[in-house]
Amino acid sequence: MTVMINTGNYIAAKAAVMAKPDVVAAYPITPQTTVVEGIANYVDTGEFKGEYICVESEHSAMSACIGASAAGSRTFTATSSHGLLLMHEMLHWAALARLPVIMCNINRVVGPGWNIWADQNDSISQRDTGWIQFYCSSNQEIFDTVIQSFKLGEHAKVLLPVMINYDAFILSHTSMPVDIPNEKEIDSYLQKYKPGWKLDVENPITFGNIIGPAYYEKVRKAMQDAQENAKKLIPEITKDWKKKFGTYHGDLIEKYKCDNADYILLAMGALGAESKVAIDELQKNGMEVGLARVRSFRPFPAEEMIKLGKQADLIVLDRNISIGSEGALFNETKAALYGKSDAKTYGFVAGLGGKDVTYKDIEAMCKKVVAGKAKDFEWYGLEG
Amino acid sequence: MAIKDLPLEECVLAGSAACPGCPATLGLRMVFKALGKNTIMVVPACCTAVIESLYPNTSFDVPVMNIAFEAAAAGASGIEAALRKQGKDDTTVVAWAGDGGTYDIGIQALSGALERQTNFIYICYNNQIYSNTGIQRSGATPYAAWTTTTVGGKKEFRKDMGDIIRAHHIPYAAQACVSYPEDLYNKVKKAKGIKGPKYIEILAPCPPGWRFSMDRTVEMGLLAIETGAWALYECENDAMTFNGKSKLILEKKIERKPVEEWIKHQGRFRHLFKPQRDEVRIKAIQDYTDQIWERYRKCYI
Repeated sequence: MTVMINTGNYIAAKAAVMAKPDVVAAYPITPQTTVVEGIANYVDTGEFKGEYICVESEHSAMSACIGASAAGSRTFTATSSHGLLLMHEMLHWAALARLPVIMCNINRVVGPGWNIWADQNDSISQRDTGWIQFYCSSNQEIFDTVIQSFKLGEHAKVLLPVMINYDAFILSHTSMPVDIPNEKEIDSYLQKYKPGWKLDVENPITFGNIIGPAYYEKVRKAMQDAQENAKKLIPEITKDWKKKFGTYHGDLIEKYKCDNADYILLAMGALGAESKVAIDELQKNGMEVGLARVRSFRPFPAEEMIKLGKQADLIVLDRNISIGSEGALFNETKAALYGKSDAKTYGFVAGLGGKDVTYKDIEAMCKKVVAGKAKDFEWYGLEG
Repeated sequence: MAIKDLPLEECVLAGSAACPGCPATLGLRMVFKALGKNTIMVVPACCTAVIESLYPNTSFDVPVMNIAFEAAAAGASGIEAALRKQGKDDTTVVAWAGDGGTYDIGIQALSGALERQTNFIYICYNNQIYSNTGIQRSGATPYAAWTTTTVGGKKEFRKDMGDIIRAHHIPYAAQACVSYPEDLYNKVKKAKGIKGPKYIEILAPCPPGWRFSMDRTVEMGLLAIETGAWALYECENDAMTFNGKSKLILEKKIERKPVEEWIKHQGRFRHLFKPQRDEVRIKAIQDYTDQIWERYRKCYI
């Protein structure tokens, strides 16, 4: 174990290279660039021994990862915002083809106008593609989640691609100390990838030709079953990691000071880390507000939500908005609770376009709820 | 290679879902004969996705990965990288795409893969239309041809994909036609033996798309070459060689037939002849063809 002090992106590059993917195909976009630059440096030093394809677009990055994965290779890529949106068609393709491509997505605003700061609307708009989606709140969590995602996505009961999301600049370009296990430890942790199917001249199959409705529906059901399997495996994987390497960030959700809480705040990504400071302050002032940071958005932790709803009223903070509806986490939380809990729910949208959301802002939102002054759903800080 | 000497091995199996008279199937048979079974094929959206037949069956005896319309060359790049890492460089990776997937929606991924010196063969079977979606115009559709989206005849001339490909200065680029199977076989065989990116474009006369009867596919290809509407050539490291009748036409050893001899058999040009003869557009097609050959003679003699 060594300690590396570096930005979220360089930590992600380190994690990706330590997982020893056979093929990386990537295209640069701010603020993801230092991930692909980091990997390029590891190519130069010889630390990365896989094939590195500098493609001409994100669509081709995902297509090349699909080809490589279909040929039986472990694959990795990274993107952000418009890059992720350009991949959209191929995100569906990778998931339907059951190819466990592992990808970091640095959550960034979608244009117009051009804005490179943190916002989750890029990945939230990909939620129905079949990908597993994690949201990280520290560089250590980025490292651990990237490695764990290879284990999870490539698991025979899952075989789905995994997207590791983290906030632009707040994490991607901020240095933190991170515990890095040594090469042998990671090698023995991650076994060789055994594909569910592959392109093999000894066994010539045709993959992805015309398929009738009855077969197609079964393919979709198998993907749903795989997400359910992932839901069971994520806690096993995170607890096993804790035992082996000592770091732990929660399972599907991370609970923080929820024991006596009358209200529980839900948030994803770096807002979840900021929320911990707010919770400390609120509890110091006698307000029983706890935090459940959602790590896994797909699979969605519906059962955990119901348990939280039985204990407390829920305050949901979204750095995204499904225009015409509400914040995505708020929306899905309420859907999970429906008919199973009579908890009151309060939704806030804040921090869009990379606007700063401090622990004081989060405290203010929670206080408004506790004082009975919050609406069911509102935008926070629009006037600021 | 005489036709009687071609390998007997077939990778297009019985039960293919192709239309009767399908040129793509003719081309595929020759391509597989040249490449053999140590081949992985990538197929984007195109007629071949149908020709493969329906899941859980297949009519191809090599591994095939279907991929999105614009993604054939990028998907092939990934497969090629994976095989290189696995030490299986002896397996040929071939992308097999239509003209829509090559000239139009797939040109970016193709150009990128060529520029990256990807070790694969990209084959475009060019039937000059989006045929799988029901005969719409593509960048390869010739001037004045009817399609369902150019009802009175296409107003623009086709783009010259060969020029675009050759601007990448790849080790091997060729044009072939399904009506000349030995020539096609030889070109694919040669491409297989060359490292780096290879591009082969096969003219594929499509009976329902071009509006001729299904027993005339080969004839339509022969006439395309004899009238100069299409040329057989290969370009190795920027050195152009014309083949067969195209070579004789280039060297003026045989006379190029008027292009009318080709278009008059195709229902897609019917409006140029009935109810009355459209001299202006017929001449425009001939002039365009003449200009191409003048350019060929200027550059390659």
